[in-house]
Amino acid sequence: MGREMTSRALAARVQKSFSGDAAQRFLLDLDVEVSPGITILFGPSGAGKSTLLDCIAGLTQPDAGRIAIDGEALFDSDKNVNVAPQSRRVAYVFQTLALFPHMTVESNVAYGLPDGPDTTKDARLAEILQMFRVEKLRGRKPREISGGEKQRVALARSLVTLPRVLLLDEPLTGLDAGLKASIIDDLRAWNAVHKIPILYVTHSREEVDALGERVIALDHGEIVSEGTPREVLDAPRRRRLAQAAGFENLLSGTVLDLREPDGVMRVRLADATCEIEVPLGHAAPGDQVRIAIRAGDILLATEAPRALSARNVLEGKIISLERRGTLVAARVDCGAIFTVHVTPGAERTLELAAEKKVWLVLKTHSCHFVEG
Amino acid sequence: MNIEALLLSIRLALCVSAILFVIGVPLGYWLAYSRWRWKFLLEAVVALPLVLPPTVLGFYMLLAMGPRGPLGKLWQAAFGHGLAFTFAGLVIASVLYSLPFAVQPLIASFETVDRKLLDASAVLGAGRMRTFLRVILPLSVPGIVTALVLSFAHTLGEFGVVLMVGGNLAGITRTVSIDIYDRVQSLDYASAGRTALLLLVISFAVLSAVYGINRRAFRRAWLPWAAK
Repeated sequence: MGREMTSRALAARVQKSFSGDAAQRFLLDLDVEVSPGITILFGPSGAGKSTLLDCIAGLTQPDAGRIAIDGEALFDSDKNVNVAPQSRRVAYVFQTLALFPHMTVESNVAYGLPDGPDTTKDARLAEILQMFRVEKLRGRKPREISGGEKQRVALARSLVTLPRVLLLDEPLTGLDAGLKASIIDDLRAWNAVHKIPILYVTHSREEVDALGERVIALDHGEIVSEGTPREVLDAPRRRRLAQAAGFENLLSGTVLDLREPDGVMRVRLADATCEIEVPLGHAAPGDQVRIAIRAGDILLATEAPRALSARNVLEGKIISLERRGTLVAARVDCGAIFTVHVTPGAERTLELAAEKKVWLVLKTHSCHFVEG
Repeated sequence: MNIEALLLSIRLALCVSAILFVIGVPLGYWLAYSRWRWKFLLEAVVALPLVLPPTVLGFYMLLAMGPRGPLGKLWQAAFGHGLAFTFAGLVIASVLYSLPFAVQPLIASFETVDRKLLDASAVLGAGRMRTFLRVILPLSVPGIVTALVLSFAHTLGEFGVVLMVGGNLAGITRTVSIDIYDRVQSLDYASAGRTALLLLVISFAVLSAVYGINRRAFRRAWLPWAAK
């Protein structure tokens, strides 16, 4: 593809189809290159993220393609190359972690080290246990340690073998943000020395924001966008991805007209009289389009706002209010139904309640045009 | 009470259990993990002794072990004597007869080992043998114990197959179950009763000891992990 091969990079071109009935037929067809450092593989469940990791690790065989590290093929359908998983030196931390339940933490971590007298073995083991702060747990069994500790042990077990690539399949699911951050810091510290490509799978938008590195967004087995978290999350081009990326409002509508000098177009929302102005997209008047708007990007007012820069002010009525942790999700009927997030404080001061008349304010550039 | 017959039965059961362990572990592993499309045929063959009357199995074994049977000829060529009505012949027949009792618990316990653990082992660089010895086998201890005990107990209690291929030679093929039958036939109920009671006590003691141990092993190795 005329791409220059970065040294120590992982390159994977993978095609794989799953037979099944027509509705479930699923095709993985993509071409990725992962440089040293953390790359996030992001997408809704069923997008093919775990299948891609399985192919790279050798646990699943692609129908066609080529997977290589530093230019050395692990799988090549043209040349009949298919290196066994145990010979790939690709580390893989599963979502379930898969710690060996009958072994101590120390035996788990030492599992991948070669048998036999090796003076460096003990040193490597001690170093990695310390690096991931689990040396005090050496003698414990997996069932005797906490979730965060298990995750640290799983990482140490994978990295002590000095792999060439690390695959992480939602390894930090269920941990609170602080614990997650401290584990990620330790992982970064390890990788500052070893500089291997790390492919980190998640469907959590928060994790993408927190890790803040290169993101590859996957949907239906294809790459839908690539770039920084902002670029990928803020410009969704696919509906499912928009939902995954936390766009609570996904509205269909019809393009009324294009105002090219202003860089906007007017869209009438389906089954509603309300019109909104959105950034210009590849569409023509009369086209059916979808507009994605984050619930947190919508302002809510209890009096008709005047003299605003925002172009879209919609009048409506609150249908319901629901407390979700530290925010309140309000469902508002403006002809089309919107979800709006406000703080509990705002709910009190504005005396929000069902049936109350409100106005929604949408900045033009908070309305994202979604293809298909 | 015939101590000689009892000791012979125990010796037979021990031999059979040991041989079944050696055959059953690789066979069970293969049956648990192979994706061969005709695997079900072998599964059916392994399970056959469960449904065949012991006399049918014994009849075919007797034919195979006889001087003109394939097994008998082979044995004659190798050791200079026939196979039928010998202790060795009895061991071979009993191994076949108890095969499902060893293999099925092994398959069941190999299959319950979480596949993700096997994947984890592979990506950590372990080949199949290492994965088997360090992950599958230790996690299958309850299944292995069950297989050994069932082989032992089933062999100890077998009757029809022994009668068909072993005959009734004192000290060679007269097992405790045959001995009890003999005593009843000669109306020596008192002696038959003592031997029967002894066999009952031994069987119960062995089984309860093993289930007791197994229960603890089960708790230790399995439950916390399953409840994770």
